[in-house]
Amino acid sequence: MSVEKQIWVWADYRNYFQSRVTLQILARASVLAEKTNATVCAVVFGDQVDAYVKEYIAHGAQKVYVTDDPFLKTYNVASYAFLLTALVRRFAPETLLIGATRFGQEIAPRVAKQLETGLTADCIDLDIDENGQLVQKAPSFGGNLVAKIITPDTRPQMATIRPGTFQELPHDDEAKGEVIPVPLPDTMPSPRVRCLKSELHPARARKIETADIVITGGRGMGSKGKFRKLFDLADLLHAEVGATRPVVYADWVSSEALVGQAGKHIRPKVLFSFGVSGAIQHTAALADARFIVAVNKNPNATMMKLADVAMVADANQVCSGIIRALKQRIRD
Amino acid sequence: MLHIIVCIKQVPMVSELPWDAKTGTLKRETAQGMMDPSARRALEAALQIKAGMGKNQASITAVSMGPPMAEEILYEAKALGADQGVLLTDPRMAGADTCMTAFILGKFITDHCPDAGLILCGAMSSDSETAQVGPQLAEELDIPAIGYARRLELVHDCIRVERHVDDFMELMEMDLPGLVTIDHADESDLYTPRYVPLGGVEAAFNAGDIRIMDGTALGLNKDFNALTSSPTKIIDVYSPVTRKENRVLTGAVKKMVDTLFDDYGKIISSAMGKDLKTHDHEGDV
Repeated sequence: MSVEKQIWVWADYRNYFQSRVTLQILARASVLAEKTNATVCAVVFGDQVDAYVKEYIAHGAQKVYVTDDPFLKTYNVASYAFLLTALVRRFAPETLLIGATRFGQEIAPRVAKQLETGLTADCIDLDIDENGQLVQKAPSFGGNLVAKIITPDTRPQMATIRPGTFQELPHDDEAKGEVIPVPLPDTMPSPRVRCLKSELHPARARKIETADIVITGGRGMGSKGKFRKLFDLADLLHAEVGATRPVVYADWVSSEALVGQAGKHIRPKVLFSFGVSGAIQHTAALADARFIVAVNKNPNATMMKLADVAMVADANQVCSGIIRALKQRIRD
Repeated sequence: MLHIIVCIKQVPMVSELPWDAKTGTLKRETAQGMMDPSARRALEAALQIKAGMGKNQASITAVSMGPPMAEEILYEAKALGADQGVLLTDPRMAGADTCMTAFILGKFITDHCPDAGLILCGAMSSDSETAQVGPQLAEELDIPAIGYARRLELVHDCIRVERHVDDFMELMEMDLPGLVTIDHADESDLYTPRYVPLGGVEAAFNAGDIRIMDGTALGLNKDFNALTSSPTKIIDVYSPVTRKENRVLTGAVKKMVDTLFDDYGKIISSAMGKDLKTHDHEGDV
């Protein structure tokens, strides 16, 4: 009897429906599973999680391991990591994928360390090589580079994936999946971290992720004062304003505006990019922008190469020029 | 006496860096370095905790793993107020992934700082952005950990931590020893790093007592090699390719802007959901 290969997706359902990262990863896992003849499995921990289990099956999970217990009502990194590690040891999946929410980024490294296996953070793509290994593509260091990473000798192959990286599959009510209940072990360690309070507290409406037009600004805008001009343009275009990391670090704009690996992922129909050089941490987050207009004095900037229309000029002057033109051209 | 260990990392100041094609890792030794901004916040948190305690009630050790030039940030840490600076450096430590980095830092803390009470790290470094070393170090040391702290408070023998994670505001508490990572993206000013005092780095430099430890001093096995021991392997590094028309406009700004709207105005107007005059002519309807 051949052992069934499994690709696991750890289910992060907190703040569902806004957070859809688990569904997105399930979609990619389905593609990977087809290539390796593996089974897509979701792993769900929590209290009364039936609805999520059904949702994951409708989105591609063929099997769902569920530990449903009041003890798991509140997300707890240590308990969840303990459970996940134990489950991996028992069922030995080939691959374990986790959404790069902050909680996911806490649990994943802990599980990887306990299992002494490799973990790649923030993959922008996942694929299978000719040996059936998981190729983890992640932005690497500062420059305009992507690293292909494998985990040759240890299992599972682990990766975290930013929300918004993959597209979820359509909801399929007819989909069938096997539910495998796993009772809470008697040996659960008592939590060493006590949660005194945990309240839903949304940072702010996250409009930039869904905006049809996004304007991003980089250091090339020149100064904090000149950067403000992007907001005038945004008013005219009904757009949202995003920024690169140097701009956020220079305090020209709040870190909420950060577009990049460590910030927001955007998928606008039109992206205006002003004075942005285009480090991979930034460009990885706008791979789904449909039409890109970039403005930069340097025609060789990466962002200019990525653009549909690349305007070689001072970002700040072009911003003013577009504002003037729009005022003439908008028909109310 | 509370012994606080702050793990700091030197990160490159520039974004374009040379790669070693053979190992697929960055040639850190050629880059201009600075202290990682989130590690600076962790150090600031340590300094504030120490300041809030009585004289001689707390001691801060800043430790970094990196190439010899990372000594600079340890002098900086001392200038800012750290009591000791330790650099773990050895060619055999190069190429460590997060798992091996946590192993090396863990070895230092276990064997050389057995009295460590609080371990602080930046949540996520500005260069590799993995956010993995802190949690993995906690596993290595088998101590409790809380990530993404925005505010720390010592309450008797526990530490209380406020954090904002995935739209949840949380208040958590754990006994010491424990590890806390400091939120790199926090907007409050609480742990905004202080400036190095004038002449501070020079003074720290003249005091000249950064402890340098190689693999042997650290007690690593003589066959130890971080690159080959790391479970992840980088097999290739490449530039992502583009698939666009990539029309380049040059010349006068007004002319470029007109071309943009004349040729691509429909794309922009449909995204706006508003009608735009695509040709700037009177009566053009």
